[in-house]
Amino acid sequence: MSAAEEVVAEGHEAVEAVPKRAMTLSTTTSLVVLAVLLIVPLFAKNFIIFQLTMLLIYGLAVLALNILTGGSGQFSLGQSAFYAVGAYVTAVLMEQFNVNYALTLPVAGVICFGFGFLFGQPALRLSGVYLALATFALATAMPQLLKLNFLEHWTGGVQGLVVTKPDAPFGLPMGQDMWLYYFTLVVTLAIYIFSVNLLRSRSGRAFMAIRDNEIAASSMGVNVALYKTLAFGVSAGITGVAGGLSAIAVQFVAPDSYTITLAISLFLGMVVGGVGWLPGSFVGAAFIIFVPNMAESISKGLSGAVFGVLLFLVIFLVPHGARQVAIVSQQLIGKLKKN
Amino acid sequence: MAVVRLQFAALSAAFILCTATNGTALAQKKYDTGATDTEIRIGNIMPYSGPASAYGVIGKTEEAYFNKINAEGGINGRKIKFISYDDAYSPPKTLEQARKLVESDEVFLIFGSLGTSTNAAIRKYMNEKKVPQLFVASGASKWNDPKNYPWTMGWQPSYASEARIYAKYIIKEKPEARIAVLYQNDDFGKDYLRGLKDGLGPKASMIVLEDGYDTSEPAIDERVVKLKASGADVFISITTPKFAAQAIKKAAEINWHPMQIISNVSASVGGVIEPAGFEVSQGILSATYVKDGTDPQWNADDGMKRFYDFLAQFDPKANRLDAAVAFGYGAAQTMAKVLQMCGDDLTRENVMRQAASLKDFAPDTLLPGIKINTAPDNFAPIAQLQMMRFKGRSWELFGDVISSELGH
Repeated sequence: MSAAEEVVAEGHEAVEAVPKRAMTLSTTTSLVVLAVLLIVPLFAKNFIIFQLTMLLIYGLAVLALNILTGGSGQFSLGQSAFYAVGAYVTAVLMEQFNVNYALTLPVAGVICFGFGFLFGQPALRLSGVYLALATFALATAMPQLLKLNFLEHWTGGVQGLVVTKPDAPFGLPMGQDMWLYYFTLVVTLAIYIFSVNLLRSRSGRAFMAIRDNEIAASSMGVNVALYKTLAFGVSAGITGVAGGLSAIAVQFVAPDSYTITLAISLFLGMVVGGVGWLPGSFVGAAFIIFVPNMAESISKGLSGAVFGVLLFLVIFLVPHGARQVAIVSQQLIGKLKKN
Repeated sequence: MAVVRLQFAALSAAFILCTATNGTALAQKKYDTGATDTEIRIGNIMPYSGPASAYGVIGKTEEAYFNKINAEGGINGRKIKFISYDDAYSPPKTLEQARKLVESDEVFLIFGSLGTSTNAAIRKYMNEKKVPQLFVASGASKWNDPKNYPWTMGWQPSYASEARIYAKYIIKEKPEARIAVLYQNDDFGKDYLRGLKDGLGPKASMIVLEDGYDTSEPAIDERVVKLKASGADVFISITTPKFAAQAIKKAAEINWHPMQIISNVSASVGGVIEPAGFEVSQGILSATYVKDGTDPQWNADDGMKRFYDFLAQFDPKANRLDAAVAFGYGAAQTMAKVLQMCGDDLTRENVMRQAASLKDFAPDTLLPGIKINTAPDNFAPIAQLQMMRFKGRSWELFGDVISSELGH
């Protein structure tokens, strides 16, 4: 354990020396990852492309939670509620009002931002486990709210709504899956760059000041209430866009899709990816998508238990998630270069 | 020139011969993805984990049944490879697993996947891909829609057909009845209510009061009081187990003793009748289509003997009293029957054609007299049930098997 602590301690030094490193990858690594993300779909089966699309979408949702928890230090187990609202906004706009899919995403984002900002107001009075509980209530309430009678005309009630998958525009020679992947990739990149810049900006520093010490932050002149609700709003907005994308990719929305299990999965993805380290969000998303499948292939009857063991191993061996792995490998590469 | 012409004639003759023989060969054996000379790959998606994991037993029973078929030499010499994945009852996961089955495992068809919203999530995909989504394990009536979804078919009687059977029974036994309906306000309850009204047809005015409740309500006592005040003498309770038990109890408490009908979903002795109380439950009516493993009258039944033998040999850990086991066995048997009917023409189109031409097929675990019949415009395999009355500590079947077809 002491070795792990050392690594993280060293990591923290790096945080102080070069703040942006703490949140992102180096430029070279980013470009390599981007190149891989661009090229892989050209050689993969449609099913793999679909899984990669889901990875990006879940990655966005985890990233949103990361801004909230890793950035401003607030807990949320209610991300599935924002995800659901985003998905339903997109689905209802596309199917009932014939709005173009690309235009539904900003709408989903804005509505969820407002929703999150409003929810952030009462949440101001709560912190730590109490905030987690309040958001938990939001997540458990959402599937039932979506079934409400007076909304059924739009939402389709328990039956849910089937969404039509868009074709590639301008007669581009690619399948629906591949087009949707690149579309998602562009949206993801835009949001990722926005998030990195947000956390590096004045607002981002305010978030982190609040996370580290609320009293100190407010005595330095940071408007704690505003920035806390703002963090909630931004996080909910990004989650809403992710939800909207998922509605298009899965082609179906139903209340049963957005239960508390989803919120817990996203939370888990954040922890596995490394709290506060944005690229880790996508590693965490990969974990919540692929590891349950792996667990199932090991033992069908005990898939839950196998998943638990794997999760425990990860938390035990690398308590700071993918971030720790990244730091260790960075140091190894550094040493090799010196030699 | 003459020589050239001759050559050409000979060539074309040879060509015609070739295509002709090819044609006959193709007519004998035709395959789509997922079927070969030695193997047929069948996909399946079940909630092995999550809120509906109790139904996972169905998937395990089906797997055991295909093991039995393979041990006996397979279907027309082909072994069944049954690939079953977990979706934890979450629709997005169902789509992921369905795509994995179709695109990565390259299954011939997907059989017996469980759940209403989970199957709704993949219905469009399956129909776009033209891959059969056969014998869906859900009681919604929307699986019987061959016009819009020609690649999707249900299996069990739909909620609507069950309700139509109650309508028939009431019209016959109590033509002057005043009916009060308590229904769960979701797709299950509404499907049912629609079936009931269809069944009553011109006599739908017999319903004097219908009252919907939400699953989020803690208790429905007041609604039962209201229904009694309507002066009804027939009480139809379209409820899930918890609410069914509450309604039985409350009706007895306020001394209301109408003819009471509860849905098959809530006909569980352990889950509903016992908590409500055996005494107040005497005479309650319901309907069923599967033989009850707890009922001693089936001990000498040939079909059930085969079922018990199968369990002893291939699935010894299964609980024979669990209705889900009998369900899985019956569904798998229907699947095997369809594949047998396909012969060597294992194309997806032919599978749907054969599935839509089942005639009087009777799986071992269904009640005697209940037969599976389908047609190109009828994708509802089981459409018959038998009424039962609660007596003592168990259900007692009575009357004939009733068909849900509209007959007025």
